[in-house]
This record gives sequence, C-alpha cells and structure tokens, in this order.
Amino acid sequence: MADTQKARHREPLLHIAKRDDMAGWQAWLIRVAAILIAFLLVGLVSMALTGESLPEIYSTMLRGVFGRLFKGKTSLLWTYLQRTAVLLCLGLAVTPAFKMKFWNCGAEGQALMGGLAAMMCMIHLGHLPYPLLLLVVIGSSILVGAVWGLIPAVFKAYYNTNETLFTLMMNYVATQIVSYYVYLVGQGSGVIQPVATGNLPTIGNSKQLLNILIVAVLMVLMFIYLKYSKQGYEITVVGESQNTARYIGINVKKVILRTMLISGAICGIAGMLLVSGIDHSVNADTIGGQGFTAIMVSWLGQFNPYIIAAMSALIIFLESGAGKVADTFFLNGSFAGVASGIVILFLVGCEFFIRYSVKIRRTRKEETV
Amino acid sequence: MNVPAIELRNITKRFGAKVVANKDVCLTANRGEILSILGENGSGKTTLMNMIAGIYYPDEGQILIDGEEVVIASPKDAFDYKIGMIHQHFKLVDVFSAAENVVLGLNEKEPYNLKVATDRVREISEQYGFELDPTKKIYEMSVSEKQTVEIIKVLYRGADILILDEPTAVLTPQETQKLFAVLRRMRDAGKAIIIITHKLHEVLSLSDRVTVLRKGEYAGTVITAETSETELTEMMVGEKVSLNIHRSEPQNLTPRLEVHHINCSNREGVKVLDNVSFVANAGEILGIAGIAGSGQRELLEAIAGLQRLDSGAVLYNNPQTGKMDNLTTKTPLQIRELGVRLSFVPEDRLGMGLVANMDIVDNMMLRSYRRGHSMFLERKKPKELAERIIEELQVVTPGASTPVRRLSGGNVQKVLLGREIAASPTVLMAAYPVRGLDIGASHTVYRLLNEQKEKGVAVIFVGEDLDVLLELCDRILVIGSGHITGLVDARSATKEEIGLLMTKTVTTEDGGEQNG
Amino acid sequence: MITSFISTSIPLGVPLLYGSVGEILTEKSGHLNLGIPGIMYVGAISGVIGAFLYENACGNDLANMIPWLTVLIPLLSCIIGSVLMGLVYSFLTVTLRANQNVTGLAITTFGIGLGNFFGGSLIKLVDSDMPSIILTKTSSLFRKSLPFADDLGWFGEIFLSHDFLTYLAIVIAVIASFVLTRTRVGLNLRAVGENPATADAAGINVTAYKYIATGIGSAIAGLGGLQYVMAYANGVWSNNAFGDRGWMAIALVIFALWKPNMALIGSFLFGALCNVNNYIQGLGTATQELFKMLPYVVTILVLVIISMRKKREHQPPAHLGLPYFREER
Repeated sequence: MADTQKARHREPLLHIAKRDDMAGWQAWLIRVAAILIAFLLVGLVSMALTGESLPEIYSTMLRGVFGRLFKGKTSLLWTYLQRTAVLLCLGLAVTPAFKMKFWNCGAEGQALMGGLAAMMCMIHLGHLPYPLLLLVVIGSSILVGAVWGLIPAVFKAYYNTNETLFTLMMNYVATQIVSYYVYLVGQGSGVIQPVATGNLPTIGNSKQLLNILIVAVLMVLMFIYLKYSKQGYEITVVGESQNTARYIGINVKKVILRTMLISGAICGIAGMLLVSGIDHSVNADTIGGQGFTAIMVSWLGQFNPYIIAAMSALIIFLESGAGKVADTFFLNGSFAGVASGIVILFLVGCEFFIRYSVKIRRTRKEETV
Repeated sequence: MNVPAIELRNITKRFGAKVVANKDVCLTANRGEILSILGENGSGKTTLMNMIAGIYYPDEGQILIDGEEVVIASPKDAFDYKIGMIHQHFKLVDVFSAAENVVLGLNEKEPYNLKVATDRVREISEQYGFELDPTKKIYEMSVSEKQTVEIIKVLYRGADILILDEPTAVLTPQETQKLFAVLRRMRDAGKAIIIITHKLHEVLSLSDRVTVLRKGEYAGTVITAETSETELTEMMVGEKVSLNIHRSEPQNLTPRLEVHHINCSNREGVKVLDNVSFVANAGEILGIAGIAGSGQRELLEAIAGLQRLDSGAVLYNNPQTGKMDNLTTKTPLQIRELGVRLSFVPEDRLGMGLVANMDIVDNMMLRSYRRGHSMFLERKKPKELAERIIEELQVVTPGASTPVRRLSGGNVQKVLLGREIAASPTVLMAAYPVRGLDIGASHTVYRLLNEQKEKGVAVIFVGEDLDVLLELCDRILVIGSGHITGLVDARSATKEEIGLLMTKTVTTEDGGEQNG
Repeated sequence: MITSFISTSIPLGVPLLYGSVGEILTEKSGHLNLGIPGIMYVGAISGVIGAFLYENACGNDLANMIPWLTVLIPLLSCIIGSVLMGLVYSFLTVTLRANQNVTGLAITTFGIGLGNFFGGSLIKLVDSDMPSIILTKTSSLFRKSLPFADDLGWFGEIFLSHDFLTYLAIVIAVIASFVLTRTRVGLNLRAVGENPATADAAGINVTAYKYIATGIGSAIAGLGGLQYVMAYANGVWSNNAFGDRGWMAIALVIFALWKPNMALIGSFLFGALCNVNNYIQGLGTATQELFKMLPYVVTILVLVIISMRKKREHQPPAHLGLPYFREER
C-alpha cells in the first residue's frame, strides 16, 4: 500500500498488479499467441538467413518432423515420437520435485547415472539369461538414478543445502564418472561400441514403440499419482505451504526424501531407455542437455503431465523442424538450439501477462490538501 | 505559547468504502515532550502514525509542522520534515553490521567510509546513552539491539520528531527501562517523541500527555499527571456496546482439557508462555482475552502439538475411554491417532489452516486425506462436505472447485470453520475467528461456536473485541505477556475489569517485574 | 616442472574467473543467472565475428590492421553481445518476474545455440577444411605478453608471460571486490540481494540495481569467452570447444563464497585441478577423466559445509532466486 502513495507522487506510467482472475481459456489464448509469435519470429529469422519464403520454411519444418508420411515412410515420425518420449520422461521426472518447490536441476546427471548402470549391467552381466538380465538392467538403472537424486535431497532435508546448486554440480560429477567408464571399457578409444546384450525388446517391427509406450504409461501414472494419490496430495501441500503441512501433521523431511527418490528413479528410467532401448551404448553426452530442457518443459507444462507431453512435442518439433531447415538450406545445425531458445523465452515471458495485469495510468495533477 | 512540532487536524482515513480506520482525529505534539497514543488493538493508532510517516495519505484533514500546513506523500517527504518512525517490524539487512544498516541508501556527499560512519553511529549511541556495538551484525543481535539500530538510523538522518510503534512489545522489563531512559534524554534534548502503546503503566510512567483513540475515533487528550489508570481505561474501552449474541446456559460441565504449568520460549529464547495453567470444560466457551502477541498463538499451538514446550503438561480427558491422555510432546498426527478430536482454527487462515491455491474440496481433505488404507485419495465425501458447507453456511463461491484464494475473508473463514466443525471435535480452538469479517459473517461464526458448545464441545475462543468476549463466552481467561493475569465470569465481568487485567503487571518468582 | 604447471594452470583459470566474477555481481543482486554458460558462448562468438569482419575488411593482412582497433573491435563486440543477452535475462526475470532457473536455462540453450550457429556459419563461409575459424592475426595481438617476461626466468614465466586479458581479469576481480565491500554502491547492491524490501524502503532503486548488476555481470562473463578463444585457443573457434566452463564458473561462485577476491584464488585453484592430470606421471586417459570431476566435488563439499555450519556471512544472498514485487506483502 505504500506504493500507492509513492505512485501518487511520481506517477509512473504503468501500474502493475497481481491478478488471479484470468479464466483458463484466456491464459491458454495468451500462451498459444506467444507460441505463434515465436514461430513467426523463427520463420522470419530463417527467411532472413536463407532467403526462402515463409511457406517453404514451414513446410520444410513439417517435412523434418513427419517425413514423407504420405509416401509410406514413417520412420522419421517414429524417431520424432521417440525423441519426444525421452524428453517427456525427463520432464515427468522433475515434475513431482518442482511441485514440491524442490528445484531439481540434476535430471541430466540422474539420467546419465541410470544409463551408466544399465550399460554396466549390459556389458558385465551379459552372460545372465535374458529375462533376468533385463530385470537387472531396469532395476539397477532405477536404483542408481534414485540414489543420485536422493543425495542432494538428504542435505536439503537435514541441512537446508541449496538444492539448485547441489543438483547442478552433481550433473558434472556424473559426466566425469561416465567419461571415466567409457575410457576404461573403450580401451582408450573414448567410444563404447553398441552392445547387443540386455537391450529392450522390440515390439513388432518398430524399434521405437516400446520406448514410447513405456513413457506413455509413465505419463498416465504420473498424472494419477499427482492428482489422485495421497502422496501426490502431500507433495502439493508441502510445495504450497510448509506451515500448513506442519499444521496437518505431514512429515516434511520424509516427503522431500520420498519425492526425490521418485524423481531420480524416473530419471534413471530415462537413462535406461536411452542406453538399453535406443543407443545401446553410453557416453558423457548421452542425455545431451535434455535434462535441462526437461526443466523448462515441466515448468511450461504447469506441472501437468499431459501439458508437459504437449510441450515436449512442441520443443522436439522445433528442434527437428529447425534442424531440417538448417539441413536443407545449408545453415548450421545449431539453428535448432536458437529456434527452441526463442520459443522457450517467449513462453516464459508470456506468463507475466497471465499472472499480472498492467494498467496504463493517465497522468493526474498532484493532489494537494 | 510555543508552536507545536506537529499538529493533526480532523484526520480521516478510510480503507475501501466500508472500513474507517481514523475519523476526525486531532492531536498535537510539542518539542521537549513525550506524547503517548493509547488505544486497544485495531483502534487506528498505527494507521494514524503511518500518515505522519508518509506511508498512508489521509483522505481528509490537515497536517501541520511547526505551524505550517504540509503534504507528506512519501517516506522521503517525512524525512525531509525530519520525521522518523520506528516500525514494529524492523527493516534491517541481517548480514550487515549496525553501521552499514544505518547508512544504507543514504546519498551523502562525502565518499563512503564505513569507519567514519561507524564512529558517527558510536557517537550518537553515546550521546543518548544507547548500548550498541556499531560493528555487530544484525543477526547476532537481540530484539532490543535491533530496535536500537532502527532508532539510531532515524537519528542519523537528523530526525527531531520520533514516532515509535509499540516499542516495548518485544522488550524485557529491563530493556524497557533503558529505552525509556533514552527517550527521556531525547525529550530533554528538545525532540518531539510520540509513542504508540496500549500499556497503561508505561503511559503513566513515561509520557507527559496522552491521546486516546477508540475504534478509530478520537477519545480525548489528557495530561498524564492529572489522570489515573481507571480514567484511561474508561476512555480506551468506552461504553459497553450490545451485540445481541445469543448465549445459552452451559450444561453438564465436565473438565475436558487441562493445561498444567506450561512454559515455552520463542526462537530468540524469550519466554512467551510463563507457567500457564487452566482447565477447559466440555459444554462451555472459554474466552481468552489479551493484547495481541501476549502468547495466545503459542498457547493454542502448544495444545495442538505444534509448539515445543520447555516444561508443563497438556492433558486430555478422553470421553470415550474415560482416561486421561497426555498430549505433551506429541505431534499433531500422534494426537489424532490417540483418538483425540481436536479442531483448531488458526489465526493465519490462508497460510496455515488452508492452502490458498487448492480448491474447496481439496482443502476439506487436509485433515482427513489419510483415512483408509488405499494409496489414493477419496474425494467423494470431501466433495459432499464442501457442498454441504457451501449451502449451510452460505459460502459465496462459484463452486466447490474454486481455489480458496479467490474467496473473500468471510467466506474463507466459513470454509475453514466448517471443516474443523465437520470433524465433530471434542475440543474446538478458534483464534480470532471473526477478524476482518462483516457483522453477518461474524454472527454466523458465533452461532456455530454456540452450537458446538451446546453439543458438549469444549470451545476455546481467542478474541480481541471485549464486547464480543463478554457476550459470547462463559468464562474469560486473561493473558498478559505470557502470564495468566485473571479468570473472570463473562456474565458478571466488566470491560474495565478485563482491560485492567490485560495490562496488569505481574511479579514473577525470580522477583523481576514483568509487563502485562 | 612446477613452473610450467603453474604457468599452464593460470590460463585455464582465467575464463572461470571472468565467469564467476560476473555471476557473483549478478547473484549479489538476488538473481541466480544460469544463463552465464550461454552468455559466455555469445561473448566469445561476438568477439570472433567482430575480429573476423575486421580481418576481412583489412584483406586478411596483418600489415593493414591497426593494432588498437584489432583489439578494440572484438572487445567491444564481445561486450555488446553479452550485455544484450544479460538484458534479455533481466527483462524476463526483473520486469516480467519470470522464474529465474527456467529463464537462465533457456538463455543458456539459446546462447550456446547462437554461438555454435554463428560459429558454424562462419566456418561454412570461409570454406575451410577444418571445422574451425582461425583468427591468428587478431589472436597474436591478444596474446602479446609483457616484453621482459622471457628474461626473468621462472618469475617471468609464472607472473609475466600471460595475455593482457588475464591481467584484466585480475584487475576486474579486485575492483569488483573493492566495489562490493568498500563503496556505497556495493553496500546498496548487497542490500538488494539480501533484502529488497528493506533496500526499497531505504530509497534504493531495486530494479535499476538488478538490471545494472546483471548487465555488467554478463559483460564480464562474456569477456571470459573472448579470452578463451583469442588467447587460450590461439584465435581458433570450433563449435562446443568452450565446453562446460560456464558451469564450472557457477560452481566457482559457491566455492568463492560469493566473494570476488576468493574467486581469484579459486579460479587458479580450479585451473590447477583441471591441469593436474597432465602433470601426474602415468595416468591413464580414464583416470584423467576422474580428475576432472575434482572442481565439482570440491564445490559440493563447500556447499554442504557452509550449509551445515550455517555461518551467515557464507550463505548465498538471502533473496537469491526469488522475484521481488513491492506490492506483495
């Protein structure tokens, strides 16, 4: 309220106030508008760089994602869906933590450690019978991912150690551990050749379908967990107000540890999908920064698994589409990063217009009494 | 006759269309004088002073400084008129030293030199007799030291009209005496000092004149030497107002909750509950009266298992087993597992009792969501409950799936109280349940509390309006600075009697004087 | 050997020093700028573009190039590029109050994308066989060391044999330290990051401080990218070569306990930690990788220890990562 008096004195042109009365459809209108503007901008930038027309650019983008779908070639679409699934999996992983206001920026490392665990089982336990090996691969990657997530959580719960910085640092520890292992096993070549044992099975003749299905199931489970389970409810209460959590007798420490265990475990699954289901190998760049993209995707998806799926699809669409544009018109491949950066920045910025209202004030004479 | 340092003429301040915080208030403060502003909680003292400090702007009336009319539109304007206010909530940077805090934000011409600033701060401390190490960090300081920093901050900027908002509320008796000595020295140095308080004995021992406010209105100014505690109390509480609250005779009184000699300290190590004992009976409303911040919150939280006790015991007479359960050191969850049906409407409705961003249905489950062995939530019953409460208590809302942050204060309270009552409690504690509510909503709350009492629930009602306490409750427990200062029968007690008990001075066992 | 260890460790630490001093200034205003890694890429590529254009304008002939322009153009374009990125970040987080973590990560994605995109485009433009741009002429000026360095033996090699950006980094760190602890501006800035409401009440323009701190911080961090390309990498830009030095700079902020003078010591320690594997005899490539995690492990230990000891002076700025809105009570 102090501000209103100062405002009277200095008369700022714009007055910003919090709002919470915006209808859901209005908010989505703003977000969709932001996406469209960002897409237009990406198109214009591409136009300026390549000299091609806008329709040509957008159709190239579509081709980059869906391929020549109508000519019977569907493999590009499958790859697109699989890439979306991996990003979504990481996005789902960080969501429960974010909902609790625990900023898990360590999905990259947690997934990488999960992937490493899978790789180690595939290489060193390759002699086990396949069903058993598969179980061990899955179990160990989940376990290792969970532990990697639990470490910062323990220090957060007991010493209130800053989790953003802690989880960030853990990413690079994981990277170096994987590099170490890769050089160790790769005999100095720095590459591990794809391993045939312990791979996820294929369904029909699609190599991607199982990976996609696993994440789809995870998405539904996560939605149910967050919305309908008692644990999900506790996560919401702890995230909204620790005071309320105390009032109704929730053990906040326990919820923090449990939630990060889940978050890390799902990251482990993502790592397992990449290693056992897709690459059949591991290197320090296996996750390729998607752990960070997942943080943005989860935030943009309002912590709702279905919207996160849509956001993942959007980001991967941009990356593949812009990649195709770059490829076709001889631009550099990093154009994809620029394009998705633009869209994400627009989406992040547009939230302001949903949460605040801006009023332009007419200038008034100073009041005298 | 000298011109007053500051004069207010017919100041009126409204918040929104309905709430009148100050109405036609006049006062004068002279240099070389200490003026007390006396009034109960919510009587508009702080609002009035905030208008002098430039935080609020009066809707009507004039402010004169040294006889000339002025406009104070911002804290900066107030500084320019050499007015300095020490607020109840300190605005200090914790990791800075005292001297750094004092010079923060200043635009002095000479280059910044912490050593020079430190020396000046030390100089000012010595001049007025403060005890303060200017190099000490704020986070290492006691509350009284922090207050000293705030006062020096104002003096450093050259203020000669000082306003202190309830400065003694956070101080020990010894610290209060030291502060008073400093204030007297400043008065003798020719400064005008205005101190907001509701403690009668402080008014009498410190000030030269007293201006009394009552429910936002000016109730008069008297010279301290010519007045008495009784006269001031009468001016403060005013005539009794009838509220027409229905009150039934208590039936089948049985002891339900027994509190035995509990002691409790806050984070700074200051004692907030000192040897508190009482019994709450089933079938009556026990009122708790006291100046805000006298330990009411800690008392209720101690019973609810949210506050660590230094010593003492909370016992519950379980009507189902007939046995006494010891609730001391139990968590809220353990208390519930004992089968104790304890409901608690906390003071902080949206920060503790409810989750602002959740809808009404989800807020209904806060206490009951654990029920059953399934790992999933059961939303059917909470939804029915939400709809029942919306209908029965006439909650104004678009629906049961509206987030509670969108509801108005009265409706928020109905949702919270409705939920706590729906748990069919045997003990119901409500802290300031009618604060901020309009008359209609307040009467709904009174009715609900009365119904619970008639059902044989032990109701504990913490209130601030003495008229309400006297008409609603059966007995009233008065608390002052963490002590029980009295227990009265609400049917026969008077406002003056309770007002005096609220501000009473209690002598503790160790001989030290304790403010009430 | 110790001499060469020290003198090769120092250049490894310089980009980290720039990055961390820039990040410290930003964090002191209460903003955790996770966009620093991206901003360092942008700083580097902006400098490369500036140098590239100037070299081409002079017909790729050192004789035509005016020395002070050769240095000034990359320097200025680097600063402009990084400040623009910093402004995008502050516009989103200060004015639009967007989530700092998400915005920062988006800036990093965007910045690394920009760096590699322009880098890749330039590489295509020159049609070279190697996946890199080589700016040896500009670099030769950036890498000029003090004239008498060679004559002073080990002392010369350790202290005098470096490029001017290395000395500039040290000067900037010392100035930043001085500003933060000894000036009114520094006092006000720290107050903004600790308790913006109090700073606001004391009449400090919180928004301006946040913008300026982020802008200057970004410029300094960007210089780190430039130093890497022009001095350390001999003017050779190749995509992704800068690696995760930006993240290590953020780690260094914690290690330095938010103090620029500590960052000075820390950056060279981190440089040494990155370098130590080259100087221990008989290390396999695999073990070398393990050594590279040392800076991060040390940082985690520091982070844990400061949170366990709870000493207030060693904590992150109290309002780090939180938006400030005056009307919110």
